[in-house]
Amino acid sequence: MSDKKYWQSFGELNNSEAYQQAAKDEFREDLPLEADNGFLEAKAPRRDFLKYLGFSTAAAALAASCETPVRKAIPFANKPEDIVPGIANWYATTYVQDGDVVSVIAKVRDGRPIKIEGNELSAVTKGGTSARVQASVLDLYDTNRLRFPTIDGKEVTFEAIDKSIGESLSGAVVILTSSIVSPSTKEIINQFIAKHPGSSHVVYDAVSYSGILLANQASYGKKIIPSYRFDNAKVIVSLGADFLGTWLSPVEFSKQYAAGKKIDEKKPVMSKHMHFESVLSLTGSNADEKYLHKPSETGAVALALLSAINGQAINVGDNKLKAGIEKAAKELSSHKGESLVVCGSNDVNVQVVVNAINEALQSNGKTIDWSTPYTNYQGIDADFAKLVDDMNAGKVGALLISGANPVYTWYDADNFKKGLAKVKTVVSFNSKNDETTQLSKYVIPDHHYLESWGDAEAKAGYISFIQPTINPLFKTRHWQDSLLKWSGITTDYATYIKNYWSGKVGGETGWNKILQEGVINTLNNTITSSSYSGTALTGAMAAILSAKKGGKIELQLYQKVSIGAGQQATNPWLQELPDPITRATWDNYVIVSPAMAKTLLDIDLNNNGQADSYEVNPPKKVVKVTVNGKSVSLPALIIPGTQPDTIAIAVGYGRTDKLGKAVEGVGQNAFPFANLTNGTVNFVNADVTVEKTNDTYKIAVTQTHGGYDTKQGKRTEVMKELTLAHFKEEPNEIIDDREKELAPYGGIENFEKNGTIYPYFDKPGIKWGMSVDLNTCTGCAACVVACHAENNVPVVGKPEVLRFHDMHWLRIDRYYSGDMENPNVVFQPLMCQHCDNAPCENVCPVAATNHSSEGLNQMTYNRCIGTRYCANNCPYKVRRFNWADYTGADSFPDNQKGIISDVTLMMNDELTRMVLNPDVTVRSRGVIEKCSFCVQRLQEGKLKAKKESRPLKSGANNEWDVKTACQQACPTDAIVFGNANDKHSAITIERVENKQRTFYSLEQLHVLPNVNYLAKVRNVEEAKEEKKEA
Amino acid sequence: MSFCQLHVIFLQPLMVIFPHKAQLIVNMIYHRRVAKTSILSIVLFLSFITVSKVNAQDGKALFSANCATCHKIDQQLTGPALLGVEDRWGGDRKKLHAWIKNSGAFLKTGDAYANDLYNKFNKVSMNAFEGVLDDKQIDAVLDYIKGWKPPVAVVPTGGAAAQGEGDNSLLFGILTLILAIIAFTLMQVNSNLKKLSDDKEGIPAAEPVPFWKNRTYIAFLTVILFVVGGYYTTKGAIGLGRHKDYQPVQPIYYSHKVHAGINQINCQYCHIGVYQGKQATIPSVNICMNCHMAINEYKGEKIYTEEGEEVNGTEQIKKLYEYASFTPGKPWDASQAKPIAWTRIHNLPDHVYFNHSQHVVAGKQQCQTCHGEITKMDEVKQFADLSMGWCINCHRSTQVNFKGNGFYSIYEKYHEDLKNGKIDSTKGITVEKVGGTECQKCHY
Repeated sequence: MSDKKYWQSFGELNNSEAYQQAAKDEFREDLPLEADNGFLEAKAPRRDFLKYLGFSTAAAALAASCETPVRKAIPFANKPEDIVPGIANWYATTYVQDGDVVSVIAKVRDGRPIKIEGNELSAVTKGGTSARVQASVLDLYDTNRLRFPTIDGKEVTFEAIDKSIGESLSGAVVILTSSIVSPSTKEIINQFIAKHPGSSHVVYDAVSYSGILLANQASYGKKIIPSYRFDNAKVIVSLGADFLGTWLSPVEFSKQYAAGKKIDEKKPVMSKHMHFESVLSLTGSNADEKYLHKPSETGAVALALLSAINGQAINVGDNKLKAGIEKAAKELSSHKGESLVVCGSNDVNVQVVVNAINEALQSNGKTIDWSTPYTNYQGIDADFAKLVDDMNAGKVGALLISGANPVYTWYDADNFKKGLAKVKTVVSFNSKNDETTQLSKYVIPDHHYLESWGDAEAKAGYISFIQPTINPLFKTRHWQDSLLKWSGITTDYATYIKNYWSGKVGGETGWNKILQEGVINTLNNTITSSSYSGTALTGAMAAILSAKKGGKIELQLYQKVSIGAGQQATNPWLQELPDPITRATWDNYVIVSPAMAKTLLDIDLNNNGQADSYEVNPPKKVVKVTVNGKSVSLPALIIPGTQPDTIAIAVGYGRTDKLGKAVEGVGQNAFPFANLTNGTVNFVNADVTVEKTNDTYKIAVTQTHGGYDTKQGKRTEVMKELTLAHFKEEPNEIIDDREKELAPYGGIENFEKNGTIYPYFDKPGIKWGMSVDLNTCTGCAACVVACHAENNVPVVGKPEVLRFHDMHWLRIDRYYSGDMENPNVVFQPLMCQHCDNAPCENVCPVAATNHSSEGLNQMTYNRCIGTRYCANNCPYKVRRFNWADYTGADSFPDNQKGIISDVTLMMNDELTRMVLNPDVTVRSRGVIEKCSFCVQRLQEGKLKAKKESRPLKSGANNEWDVKTACQQACPTDAIVFGNANDKHSAITIERVENKQRTFYSLEQLHVLPNVNYLAKVRNVEEAKEEKKEA
Repeated sequence: MSFCQLHVIFLQPLMVIFPHKAQLIVNMIYHRRVAKTSILSIVLFLSFITVSKVNAQDGKALFSANCATCHKIDQQLTGPALLGVEDRWGGDRKKLHAWIKNSGAFLKTGDAYANDLYNKFNKVSMNAFEGVLDDKQIDAVLDYIKGWKPPVAVVPTGGAAAQGEGDNSLLFGILTLILAIIAFTLMQVNSNLKKLSDDKEGIPAAEPVPFWKNRTYIAFLTVILFVVGGYYTTKGAIGLGRHKDYQPVQPIYYSHKVHAGINQINCQYCHIGVYQGKQATIPSVNICMNCHMAINEYKGEKIYTEEGEEVNGTEQIKKLYEYASFTPGKPWDASQAKPIAWTRIHNLPDHVYFNHSQHVVAGKQQCQTCHGEITKMDEVKQFADLSMGWCINCHRSTQVNFKGNGFYSIYEKYHEDLKNGKIDSTKGITVEKVGGTECQKCHY
């Protein structure tokens, strides 16, 4: 184990005064007593007392004088056979949004979808999900969804709008969509085009992959994106592709990536991942080695890598970067045929060079599979640019828009708007009143995907189906129905799709089967290559070499894991999700490096006072970023791992206020800073000016909310990391360290009994346990949102997060180590550890929190009186206090207006509350809550086993009665949960097989957690040096 | 939200059921997981009713589970009265087996009696029991029918005992009162005598204080009032929100006594969720109509309300037809039915998780344990107070099926302790012993 310093905040790194102060106290704010010199001396306490007394007596009297309400129980009139009230039904369907296509199953309780889980039958995503997939169920109940068709903003019937549009569909009709992954929809579009000669279909993606598509056409003659096989790659080099977070098919790639990161202790082998980027991304955080370069240098880095692989000398100014490229080339060359290089750039030339690199490494046909190309990104930017020109030239008679929102996402939105004004008939099928829809004459809102029929073939041969899980909530309609109607076809889409597939899969029975399973997987698993032509390479190299050099400061636009391109920005769960990298909620901001902070913001992070005042105070300095006359003012956040001359802004923010409370005043739109270079949209702007302003803006960063440091335990000791070389050399070091530390109490084995004065308790039957593998955890935060959805965790809103009142039961801590400019990053999910000797339990004056015989640290809300002693005594800081009535449990409906934020009030709307899990209590103000290990699922699983008169299945032979929400959501299977008393359960096997990496955080406190972690292993060779340092 | 719920701070989400929304979902197809569950539950259900050793006792159970919805032994219901069925069929059990298993197929054999019967009952064919009942089980049912005797009217017992208890407390009360009056009189006599003796001895006596101004009395009375008042206040406060014996008037006078008692319809026939999930479920109109398509008048014993008014059963069935939009003699369109808004009797607080199937399937509890003698109630009333103490007491004393249920095989230590006598085998393993009184078994 190295003695490397791990830090979550700059204060912690410097051990500054403010950090020490903050770490000492559990609650970051003073008690809410108004008077300075004691409560009794406060202004008129006697009168207040009498007021309260009078009010409560009156209220009690009033309450006592009225009758108990009579409740009705209304059964079905004609009960459908498959619905039993109180029992969940599961329907397989598919999440399709912004290019993300994930097979899911939806849990439907009493007719309401309330939870999304991964479909384990899918051979692509294999049951994995992402934060956005998990959150999508809340979008269904978005109060700001469009509720009926409109013409010029006035509600009309479907018949009226069909008639009106039918009369005005003239001239060239253009169907503008985001990438269509549905085979049946493609056929419908083709039929429409055949019926309306002169019409065409233009695909436009908010985040464009034109660069790869065009480069592949140049190198392989095919305008498609092949599938990448990270699981077959022993060496992965990524040039700015955030493939674990936002790039191409992140859920699928996370699964594959984790396969290479799982460690067999007997034969410790891992894939090696080297990452080149400008701004710290989720993928970069997980890389074994990470190198920084300017955004404009991506091409140069790719070229240098190609040269180095070909054995030529390279010429790169930055020595660290040069060493990195040479090392990457060496690693790649020694693993030809089992290595992979991917690149996130949308520049055709860069991608052509990357193709050449992969050819040199013989990846084609090994780690790159041409037999199953992706269809989730088909948009060619030049096509759309041409459409904008055509519109401006008045050549477009009608524009039918589905899934695209160019007014917001197109870099030159003004030009598009101008063009839009010249189109006679504009129809929007978007389901929300987004920027483009607001400018459309006709609006026929589409269903939410949980109300829809559909199919999705995002990867050739792998088809995933969409079926409705609830009757449409509003007067909405499949947009395919509109196309069918306007093509003169009388069948509706539901019938159409059934006929379309029944023919292919063997009639009604086959159709039922695919709906039941949700997917068709091609069993053909051979990887095919494609013939390569290097003719485009010379031109591409020349273009890269002659490209304009960047200016002093460069701007990189990026997507956040939570918000992406902004389609789901109205989702409060996603807005409140702390970004894995910046740990900030609710806003976008300008990311700057610590070096630039010094020059631009006058903040020297090595200076204690300055670091503290930056970190402790939520108001951050606002900077003004100007590019080509367009400028935007955003607060600056200092993020280590950012290239010193680079700033970064997330897209997807600054949405129109008409989309709802969740986006009101949240962030600024960064899409206008993109540019069209060589026919593709470029998210890099090589020359920007940044100036400091005198303004400040509050950013709700949860970074330091969980910090705590006492004599009994330092928070920085909760996580362990080591290098692969080190691990191979001394595999037992973690065990030895633990033994040594616990030696005074008889070592690991006897610690439980000898380390305490309390008696030892038997654990008969079930003992729940969880294990989290820090090596495969990528920090993607799918688990955090899954926990929100499963456990009715409230959304508190930005003002409350600013006051440290965030409610996440599960948080993902981010640790830095090493160089402040380019540190290593470790993520650690931290939830209640369910300690067997829990410090929270003995301090509760009302026994509201106590221990179950199954090892659960139980929280009984209706007993809790809110002393918060437990939170004060928890060494992990995982208990959450309901400071206000976030869930609308108050008896007086409008009591909370003005006290809690509008977003939280929106979450209490009758419609939004339909998402609540009826098996979990909705907590009121004044009680503590925390992770329960999804006890409702445990009880359900146990009951199932009892009814079938058999022992509980928890993972033996991959049979599960019980999975926690976080475990189910995890795309990398980093979380394992089950009965630790069962010798064959997955959790027991995980602990036995990974003995050398198993550790319990803060074990020495003798709190006896039921959650263990597996140490992070980084695949680098620095073992010996570190040892010396230690 | 009314003021009355000031103390109810936890709210569960809308528990509203959307019948119209559910219609669509029927057309959808389950995911495999659900299919698996439902298959398992069917298997479970089958294994519940399929017992290897079949005897007449089981015949009764089989009869009430499978036949009682349409047949009575001594009365004609949807189907004919079954008394003497074997004689009518010429004593040929084989024919009966074939008929019961698949009446449609048997009709095709051209059996004269069977065809007559079919025509007599308006060509309503009997449910097929192929795969549900095997020959042995059918025999058991037939044996039960053969040996059936009309029930003897039961003389109510236990009333006397209850009366006795009431008498005792009244007696004690009267005794206390008499003693108190005697004590009071004696004290008055005492003070009068003292006054007389004082007068005699010439001691100047203070002006006598009337007893209502006597401080001792007032203090004494205050303490008594405080104690009694405090007792009732506390008791009242604890009882807030508890509604033992709640017996609301329902939109249709539905008699459980007639259905579950006299006609012996299995509880689960109507409360279909009771084996499956947390809600037992109140039957939907279509379940009522399964039988009431044929049964359109009430011919049983007279029914009286709690107030002693006679209830016209046939009128109540007509009310059902109104909800169902059904006209006797015409085919019924189930989609035209309207739901019935029953008044909910059993209301658990929202922060309590209660699962019927847990208790009925895993715990093998009888409905009557918590709902009382439901087969004797016309209008249902809340039998238990549904308080936490009531739950916990039962969990403390009730044994789980420790040896019989495979789930508990993992409690190795308990099994060993039972064997070597460390755990009293008469007390056995109670629900409490396996964690049944821990907070998060019911509150989460």
